[in-house]
Amino acid sequence: MKSAHGRQLAGRLLEALLTLWLLLSLCFVLLRLAPGGPFDAERSVPDEVLVALNAQYHLDQPIWQQYLHWLGELARGDLGPSFQYPDHRVTTLLAEALPVTVMTGGAALLMAVLGGLGIGMLSAHHHGGRLDRILMSISGLGLALPKYVVAPLMVLLFAVWLRWLPAAGWGEPAQWVLPVLALSLPNLAASSRLVRAATLDALHSDALRAARARGLSTHRLWLAHILPLVALPLLAWLSPAMINLVSGSAVVEQIFSLPGMGRYFVQGALNRDYTLVMGVVAVVGVAIVLINTLVDVLRAWIDPRLR
Amino acid sequence: MASVRFRRRLLISCVWLFSLACAASEHAVLERGNGPEPSTLDAHRCQEVSCANILRDLYEGLVSEDASGNLIPGLAARWQVSANQREWTFWLREDARWSDGSPITAQQVIASFSRASDPATMAPLVSVLKDIRAVDSPADGAIRFHLHRPLDLLPRLSLPIAFPVRVDLVERWGAQHTQAQHWVGNGAYVLQEWTPQSSLRLRRNPHFHSPATIDEVRYHVTEDAAAEYKRFLAGDLHLTETVPPARLVELQTRHGDTLHISPYLGVFFLGINLRQGPLAKSLPLRQALSLAIDRERLVNTITGLGELPAERLLPLALGLPLPTSTEPASARHREARARALYAEAGFSSASPLQIELRFNTSTPHRRMALAVAAMWREVLGVRTRLRNEEWKVFVQNRRQGRVTEVFRGGWIADMADPASFLDLFRRDSELNWSGWRDGEYDRLLDAAQASSDAAQRADLQGAAERRLLAAQAILPLYFYTSKHLVSPEVEGFEANPLDRHPSRFLRWLDEWDSAAQSPSTTSPGAP
Repeated sequence: MKSAHGRQLAGRLLEALLTLWLLLSLCFVLLRLAPGGPFDAERSVPDEVLVALNAQYHLDQPIWQQYLHWLGELARGDLGPSFQYPDHRVTTLLAEALPVTVMTGGAALLMAVLGGLGIGMLSAHHHGGRLDRILMSISGLGLALPKYVVAPLMVLLFAVWLRWLPAAGWGEPAQWVLPVLALSLPNLAASSRLVRAATLDALHSDALRAARARGLSTHRLWLAHILPLVALPLLAWLSPAMINLVSGSAVVEQIFSLPGMGRYFVQGALNRDYTLVMGVVAVVGVAIVLINTLVDVLRAWIDPRLR
Repeated sequence: MASVRFRRRLLISCVWLFSLACAASEHAVLERGNGPEPSTLDAHRCQEVSCANILRDLYEGLVSEDASGNLIPGLAARWQVSANQREWTFWLREDARWSDGSPITAQQVIASFSRASDPATMAPLVSVLKDIRAVDSPADGAIRFHLHRPLDLLPRLSLPIAFPVRVDLVERWGAQHTQAQHWVGNGAYVLQEWTPQSSLRLRRNPHFHSPATIDEVRYHVTEDAAAEYKRFLAGDLHLTETVPPARLVELQTRHGDTLHISPYLGVFFLGINLRQGPLAKSLPLRQALSLAIDRERLVNTITGLGELPAERLLPLALGLPLPTSTEPASARHREARARALYAEAGFSSASPLQIELRFNTSTPHRRMALAVAAMWREVLGVRTRLRNEEWKVFVQNRRQGRVTEVFRGGWIADMADPASFLDLFRRDSELNWSGWRDGEYDRLLDAAQASSDAAQRADLQGAAERRLLAAQAILPLYFYTSKHLVSPEVEGFEANPLDRHPSRFLRWLDEWDSAAQSPSTTSPGAP
């Protein structure tokens, strides 16, 4: 039994590595196929400077050599200098940006999970009542409004009119509040709806009826019987939610001037900053593959039917 | 009773001290919006506004600029030019020091110039220095430039590419010499901390010859003008890099004196590809397109922030006389003339001209393109396809000139010199996106370059500009303005055509200083 488990896990990891390699190779080729180069600018650089630039970034070599060179650098854990920001190595840029994205994304996800559990269960508990309707309308609004609308509105309200919080920036704890809220709200709306539906299912399940018949207290009923049933779909939702957070961070980081990864994703692609984009794709790719594998393993651990 | 009074006094004193401390801490750092993340702080490699702004605080060239943009002695205390304007000699100021306290030598400055011109440095604006033949040091503390041709060297020496970079540190640290822990410059400020995509913190350089009044400056990355504006409204910024598009009257009513709008040495134009297509062959057609545009309406309704309509290439601030305009006075006449030329070119409402207008993706550019296309349609019946492209694709297409017909163009000068605009349209210029070739134009500019007589040079440059306009290789639309919001707590900000505002000329408003320094005016202990 144990070795079968181990084999399964090893298979998963191999699959993950293969996915990553394919992703990075595809990205490497696509980037170079995109029209416009990293050194195209309003004012074109003189020829002799362009030659030096191309040589420095190995763009004067055939693409397969560039690819091998990049793989070699990746193996050494160095992603080369950024094209757009030549004063920085890509690894340094990412090392500084990753914690920002992880911290805001993590806080937003935690808020979405805990808040979603609370709101969803409360809503299910008052199923059909006024509170349920109000909460679900608000969450519907949260789902419908895009971040680039909500975030500037929040800045207007809390920073410009009320002056409670700074409008943007990074470094002080207060500057953390609005971005985390903006990032979390749509996810909170989604998770609360998910939890509400799962709770309603659980409330009407045979298992719960049996548990009720045994005369269990309401507390135990919710903690020991409903929560695990709700946790499963919530866990499955985690990986798309995290991917959503990564893509959403680009917008939120831009609006709140956060020095995170999301901005490098967009800017790197727009600037044809080959090395930076490859770095971001590598980090985000590893993160997503890891999260997916982790969630799969966790679900299998909680729910034996999935094994 | 006494104890009550004592406690009350104590309380009031505490509140007063606290508010003072707040005011002081609020004022310790000047918060400046600065647009996008600076690409580099290697002065020789900097080519955009956001790095140049910061580098002007971190370095000082041989020549510097005052708050109004006038050239003043910088690292050099004085200079002398030979009669033929081909030899310039500069004498370093005696108290010139690096931010680490060591004296600045002529040899170090010369080494910096050699590095800037070396292709291995990869300086994008290296052509600024191409007229320098050699640099040497005729005496201790003196630097002499030998030029290929007569030239006013001074404005070039205030550009980042002419800033003295410590070559020994570049050799030691490579690209990392711009990191705060390795930083040595000679400007009014020193780099303290650089958080990419967020902010750069600068501290006053105690070794600078005339120390700045503001202790600390923080440049914030503010990519989005609307977000920057909100940060200013929220009190997070003292100075913005720009102002988002809005109605001028509303902005003026809301911000009054804190809004600073002034002419900027930049022009927005539509370029016409003269290598192919119906426009290349027909001058009357290009004239018709130009005449059909109501520039006054564009600047009033589309840009709307004090921009001036452009009937020429050279911004008025350059001081060259207006080219004689052949344009009819009234809108009705102008449009009638446009229609006549359009018909002369062989087009009519039955067989209208179909063209493509290309621009890089951005809301203001789209609005401008839409308005121009609507005017062409309204006056002439031209069918215009609007085509927006991502920036890198757009600049590549525009440079190659294989698919473009009409395209967005624009130019902001590095120096207050007509040549920095006119040189764009030389036959061999990489920036001649229209592909216009005119031997006489090049000859006029060469003659202007060779001349050491200012009046004669202006005449020749004026003649060249007229040729360019007559050929309608471009359709100038408007001249840019610079737009800033400056907190009322800050003074010393002065508008200038190159839009340069070194922090060392800014200071906190006197009232704040006197309030912080002489508390006797409001005695806190008074019962």
